[in-house]
Amino acid sequence: MSGSAILLQFLNGLATASSLYLLAAGLSLIFGVSRIVNFAHGSLYMLGMYLAVWLSPRTGFWASVAVAALLVAAAGAAIEILVLRRLYKAPELLQLLATFALVLLLRDFALWAWGPQDMLGPRAPGFADAVTIAGSRFPRYELLLIALGPLVFVALHLALTRTRWGTLVRAATQDREMAGALGVNQRWLFTGVFALGACLAGLGGALAVPREPASLEVDLAAISDAFVVVVIGGLGSMPGAFLAALLIGEVKAFCIGLGLSKITLAFEFIVMAVVLVLRPWGLLGKPMSLARGPASIEPPLHSLGRKGWLAILALVVVLALAPLAGREYALILLTDMLVFALFAASLHFMMGPGGLASFGHAAYFGLGAYGAALLFLRFGLPMEGALVLAPLFALAGALVFGWFCVRLSGVYLAMLTLAFAQIAWSVAFQWDSVTGGSNGLIGVWPSGWLASKTAYYYAALVICAGAIVMLWRLIDTPLGYTLRAVRDSPLRADAIGIDVRRVQWIGFVVAGTFAGVAGAVYAFSKGSISPESLSVGRSVDALVMVLLGGVQTLTGPVWGAALFTWLEDALSREFGYWRAAIGAVVLLLVLVFPKGVAGHLKERVAP
Amino acid sequence: MTNWKWVLALPLLLANAAGYAQSIKIGELNSYKVFPAFLEPYKKGWQLALEEVNAQGGVLGRRLEVVSRDDGGTPGDAVRVAEELISREKAQVLMGTFASNVGLAVANLAQQRKIVFLAAEPLTDKIVWENGNRYTFRLRPSTYMQVAMLVPEAARLKKKRWAIVYPNYEYGQSATESFKKLLKAAQPDVEFVAEQAPPLGKIDAGAVVQALADAKPDAIFSSLFAADLQKFVREGNTRGLFAERTVFNLLGGEPEYLDPLKDETPQGWWVTGYPWSEIKTPEHQRFRDAYEKRWNDYPRVGSVVGYTALHAIAEGLRKAGSTNADNLARALRGLKMQSPFGPITWRAIDHQSTMGAYVGQLAKKDGRGVMVNWRYADGAKFQPADAEIRKLRKE
Repeated sequence: MSGSAILLQFLNGLATASSLYLLAAGLSLIFGVSRIVNFAHGSLYMLGMYLAVWLSPRTGFWASVAVAALLVAAAGAAIEILVLRRLYKAPELLQLLATFALVLLLRDFALWAWGPQDMLGPRAPGFADAVTIAGSRFPRYELLLIALGPLVFVALHLALTRTRWGTLVRAATQDREMAGALGVNQRWLFTGVFALGACLAGLGGALAVPREPASLEVDLAAISDAFVVVVIGGLGSMPGAFLAALLIGEVKAFCIGLGLSKITLAFEFIVMAVVLVLRPWGLLGKPMSLARGPASIEPPLHSLGRKGWLAILALVVVLALAPLAGREYALILLTDMLVFALFAASLHFMMGPGGLASFGHAAYFGLGAYGAALLFLRFGLPMEGALVLAPLFALAGALVFGWFCVRLSGVYLAMLTLAFAQIAWSVAFQWDSVTGGSNGLIGVWPSGWLASKTAYYYAALVICAGAIVMLWRLIDTPLGYTLRAVRDSPLRADAIGIDVRRVQWIGFVVAGTFAGVAGAVYAFSKGSISPESLSVGRSVDALVMVLLGGVQTLTGPVWGAALFTWLEDALSREFGYWRAAIGAVVLLLVLVFPKGVAGHLKERVAP
Repeated sequence: MTNWKWVLALPLLLANAAGYAQSIKIGELNSYKVFPAFLEPYKKGWQLALEEVNAQGGVLGRRLEVVSRDDGGTPGDAVRVAEELISREKAQVLMGTFASNVGLAVANLAQQRKIVFLAAEPLTDKIVWENGNRYTFRLRPSTYMQVAMLVPEAARLKKKRWAIVYPNYEYGQSATESFKKLLKAAQPDVEFVAEQAPPLGKIDAGAVVQALADAKPDAIFSSLFAADLQKFVREGNTRGLFAERTVFNLLGGEPEYLDPLKDETPQGWWVTGYPWSEIKTPEHQRFRDAYEKRWNDYPRVGSVVGYTALHAIAEGLRKAGSTNADNLARALRGLKMQSPFGPITWRAIDHQSTMGAYVGQLAKKDGRGVMVNWRYADGAKFQPADAEIRKLRKE
């Protein structure tokens, strides 16, 4: 790279960093105060973009930016008041489920309101052209962005450090119960913070309009970028987010400048993994204070009683009789449900008793699936052998990734699992000669004796139901009890001689291996496997299933998985706007059953 | 309504119900919610064709019926949806899909379940070559064909230094590979000086444009589309990347991707696409009139694809004389039919239709993008040698 090329890529990096910071600042603020992992932040950003594009022919570009930001702030306030406020007392991560539902609703709303076609907005008046820097033309608007990022940063910093409102927000960030005890009205504080965070998202979206078209795919791309920046910087730390945005923007620009563009596929996640391994709380983050209150300690799970086991046995018998109904498609759907039930149960094993939430559990599902396909296609193993050995791929992955992950906790741990999952995804996506690249591997069909849908259904039933029961039994073994001890009080567990990390590592590996079993069964039921099986979407599905069923129940995740799979199948057939329909149903369930469907039933049965 | 009127209407109702019971079912699946910009026109296209076929009395004396589903945009979900269409809806033919990985997964299922699958949209070469099978047919001109249509123009310019930018997944990779191979064959002294492969939908346009400019190419080949293309064009316009450089962009003239560019439309780019407002052949005029009358909207590429795909199935069924999958597959091989782009043939050797695309240059007219200097490139002329295909299909 020549001197002028270096200078220009440096400026490009600054512009990217500024827009990343605008996107991430609101998320960091919201998380810092309310501990809400706001999945819908990217959707609010998208909303800001669409509003600005739509308004600008009517009001002019600059006015549209202001109006869009304010409208999104209002939407944020409405979301906080109508939905999230009702969930602060619910188990952790349930707000995540609610915001996931909002993602689905907002995307279909945008499709309904503005149609399917991408909308390229206007250039910014007064900043439409380029200036010449070191012999190259550089857009004037990017220069404006480079200035705007730091300006917003300073404004936020002053608001947080020099105003009474800011002092209260910081107090709530550090210890929200204490702030509440001292008479601070947390309700309005939280509403205000959420609205401000949403406003920043809307502003970021509106300011992105001269650089990129408003499109329906923006939401997920934006949320993953925002999360990465916030986590690398350290949750809740504004200077951290700024520094992280700068780091990502610059390194990315220089990767592209040096012709290493292929690495940008999973680039942010590689950076995030490196940072989290070296600095478990992000660049400028501090260890999180524990949130006190009813949500933090859960009653231990109990194994099923005699009645419970009989009920499960009866269910298995009913499932075994299902082929008699003679409906082939029902068997295909039931096979999917069984696979996802095992997948959800495996995630639950680490999330529930282990307290280790994972945003990247699909990595192990995908490794199992790819393992099966590779053994079958590339190593010529018979289907039976591939099915048995495939989970070892997931086990190996979980051994490696888990070793790093259990050194962290809370959202940091979840994000590191996500980073590893994304890295695994990008390897599957790019390693054409082995994994078939973006197309995946095709022609993974079961042997003759399992070829019929009925036969394969029985195989899936035996494997998945057996594995689920094994997982449930494991919760009731010394390993399960130790995991729970480590979750509830790592300090005391350590004091009585439990090797905390090792126990968590074992829990992680068990969960990963069982996810791999589900993945292998899945691969042979579909006949092909592609990188989508270890994508974020699949991980989020698993999370939704567990939360829908109830984290602090034994069998809940299994029902959650069955319910979610069935909903997806039924609603996508009946409704054009089926994503919104799923979102609405999930939102309703969250509001009515904040402890999950099974959690609620449990309370009704045994108060 | 009085009672006797009901009595009169009864035989009609019965006849209708009987006709319904015997209708031929086409199972249609596509990623409607993932790629709505392309697929809503596609849906309108096949709906129009369906109405036309049934207005003429259907096929084999039976009505055609389409059961349409959203495939969720992932191979796993798509396979489940296809299974539902086959086993619960008893669909006799499958049609649809957009992304290559979804198309390939459903094609493989079609072979397993022995049902004809007409892959309407996917562009991947593999679906008719490496992973081609007896029951799978593909309508749209493949990545290879569209690249091959652009290469003669590219070679004619005799530009030496080429830079390439493509979305980093199979479509972009194979477009780039084919382009390099074909151009090198036509112009041995060509040099490829830079290659940028941004992730699909996440191009960092400023840095990419700068990196391409730094390589000082004479010409650029791009296979970007949708949001990536719009970002690339705006950033490149502002930074002067396209001044005095010829740019080739696969798919860049398709209304789906061209229309959002409006007054950003770069002048003089060579593209493949569909100049819908300027094609005056009688077969296209007839299609366009019917489409505009039915939907009060102009046709996109998706509309033509949906329309032709459904008509192809109807023609195939007529020729086969039954709905039996093997008969239908045999009938589709070598089938000649009319399309809005002119006559097409379903090649017996690889089940690829010879539907072509329009090659031309971009220009701005009244603040929106149009294609000029265009000509129709017949798909039959842009194919590799038969021996090469046989080797790939392992037949």
